[in-house]
Amino acid sequence: MRERPLRLPASWLPSVKVTMASMVLALLVGALLILVSDRQVIESFRYFFSYPWDAFRHSGEAIGESYKALVSGSVGSWSAITATLERAAPLICAGLAVTLAFRAGLFNIGAQGQLIVGAVCAGYVGFHYELPPVVHVLAALLAALVGGALWGGIIGVLKARTGAHEVITTIMLNYVAAALLTYLLTKESFQQPGSNNPRSEKVDAAATFPSILGVHSGIVLAVLAAVGVWWLLERSTVGFELRAVGANADASRTAGMSVANVYTLAMVVAGLLAGLAGAQQVLGHQDSLTASFGGSIGFDAITVALLGRATPLGTVLAGLLFGALSTGGLAMQAGAASTPLALTQVLQALIVLFVAAPALVKAVFRFRESDGGGAVMAKGWNS
Amino acid sequence: MKKTAQVVALTSVLALSLAACGDRPKENAGAGGSSPSDEAASSSAAPSPTASNPDFKACMVSDSGGFDDKSFNQTSHDGLVNAVKKLGLKTGEVESQSDSEYADNIAALLREDCNAIVTVGFLLGDATEAAAKKNPDVDFAIVDYGYAKPPKNLRGLSFNTAEPSFMAGYLAAGMTKSGVVGTFGGAKIPTVTIFMDGFWEGVQYWNKQKDDSVQVVGWDEKSQSGSFTDDFEDKIAGQDTADNLMSQGADIIFPVAGPAGLGALESAQATNGEVNAIWVDTDGCLSAAEYCDAIISSVMKGMDVAVEKAISDSVGDKFTSDPYVGTLDNGGVQLAPFHEFDGDVPQELKDELDTIKQDLVDGKIKITSPSAP
Repeated sequence: MRERPLRLPASWLPSVKVTMASMVLALLVGALLILVSDRQVIESFRYFFSYPWDAFRHSGEAIGESYKALVSGSVGSWSAITATLERAAPLICAGLAVTLAFRAGLFNIGAQGQLIVGAVCAGYVGFHYELPPVVHVLAALLAALVGGALWGGIIGVLKARTGAHEVITTIMLNYVAAALLTYLLTKESFQQPGSNNPRSEKVDAAATFPSILGVHSGIVLAVLAAVGVWWLLERSTVGFELRAVGANADASRTAGMSVANVYTLAMVVAGLLAGLAGAQQVLGHQDSLTASFGGSIGFDAITVALLGRATPLGTVLAGLLFGALSTGGLAMQAGAASTPLALTQVLQALIVLFVAAPALVKAVFRFRESDGGGAVMAKGWNS
Repeated sequence: MKKTAQVVALTSVLALSLAACGDRPKENAGAGGSSPSDEAASSSAAPSPTASNPDFKACMVSDSGGFDDKSFNQTSHDGLVNAVKKLGLKTGEVESQSDSEYADNIAALLREDCNAIVTVGFLLGDATEAAAKKNPDVDFAIVDYGYAKPPKNLRGLSFNTAEPSFMAGYLAAGMTKSGVVGTFGGAKIPTVTIFMDGFWEGVQYWNKQKDDSVQVVGWDEKSQSGSFTDDFEDKIAGQDTADNLMSQGADIIFPVAGPAGLGALESAQATNGEVNAIWVDTDGCLSAAEYCDAIISSVMKGMDVAVEKAISDSVGDKFTSDPYVGTLDNGGVQLAPFHEFDGDVPQELKDELDTIKQDLVDGKIKITSPSAP
């Protein structure tokens, strides 16, 4: 600790400031979109000059109701907070999978595939075997980790042995994993008895994550994973090698490190983390496998990792933000505001866009140029 | 600052003066429920429903297709819209983005105090049942799903589309000139393959009755394998699949793929009458009117009617958990009129179809599809 003082205020505050400003900016643009998509507001603007107050009142109501729902739906009550945490947990784990690979100089687009394979393994152990309570959930979890790690490991080995670009191989293995899941769901051994719907059997209750205060305990695993990745990256020898290879593979090779081993290891651990995200879904959030159980978690994870500037803590925060936006967006849809789903998605995209373009935000808010928050730049093709 | 204040003052003066001569809305016109400055402006003004139940909230959750899928989510949603029009209800709607959200989405609507919740698609089956058990005061209905032992407040709405598809198969076999008819699906799920099974069986029935050998390409009920686009949105994929079936000689295509099936209509229309199609879910001559000259008939699945019925039962306190199965008998599924092909379909075939319909209703013809409800 002594030789590495925490550089909190100096480098953190500006970056936090830019992120906050990005959110404010996104919410402002979002407010405009809410206005133009609200029928009542549009109508009241049509006779603006006769009754200007109407237009303002309806505008205020539309924006107020939408954003009130966004806040109360994501953090307004304990049940809202638990929902946010449950949405955030897999995003954090998959985000860490991207972050870790990123630090080793690898762009892991394959979190989705690793997540699917992990979840299939966890699910199969979960519904096919009958084991005593604690053992069962551990076995299913282990299966998820192994499955994800193997799927990620393939990428690592391919990269290390043949130099195959990980962006291409991860994308391709995503397709393979998705097709594998669809195929398995047509098999009787996976389907619920007496039904030919493509939906797996329910995971045994003993194999699901126990719930603590209304949240499934997977969120604890997500936090532990984040701490683990932080320790690995910042405190271990392996992590040092990993970062060194990420910074400059050639120099690291000259310095006597095995770049091949580092690539393989990075992808194995990344796959393991994505497998954990799969376990969160199938053992925690939902109790059976369906064709699109993973949604777009593996791809959102890339955004989460970049938004978190490829640090474990940043990934956790970004994951929480995405979880909150997702549950808040749901409340915006369901509530009195009935904001369309597309609009809440646009809002999420705007926040990410502004965070990813700090120069723009700085220009809008006239921050000084020296303020931090430089974007994480993806490395080029042939890095 | 001073300047700003002046501008503001000037603008407001201008606005006020404009207001004096601008076109005013008829605020106190008694007829208008549509006056936007209505004091009780909380609920959006509906076009004068025949009944009013402002305290009843009917809600709906889509599956990951969304309400704008031009397919079963949309048709189910039409049922909600119709119910609201007739009964004057409040609504709440949630579109799902992925399969992992269903339980959350139902929970979110429960927090909004919905009195009845309709969920769409078999994927929501488990989540709906769990929510129904936990909330006995709320009525639930689910489209395209049935339960063996539902709780009192849960109704499954399923549709025996194999029956009208059987008629469609017979019709296709009777109308084909090449002796080959084709079908394809959007995804290999029971609610899709049931159409294809019915179609296949209808063709086999024709062959047996007429000692003919009309061939079906794109699906085989016995091996349960055939052509799929694996996508309900991709019109090009539908077109490619249809072209493929046409190259195998099929001159009547039965696409069961939602909007992707429109590609098949496109392909069929381009042949100028050589190849024609039979549409699904809705009457194609109404929902895809631009292709009407290539549509012999349609297999209609009355999801909107079933949803509307479930909601109106719930409003009227008549809700039961008796599963609803749309059949030819109760009109929940049917074969649409022939429209532009009315003159082309021989009277003899029309009569035979009527007989088949009666035989299906009476159970004289048995559907063997493993996906039938």
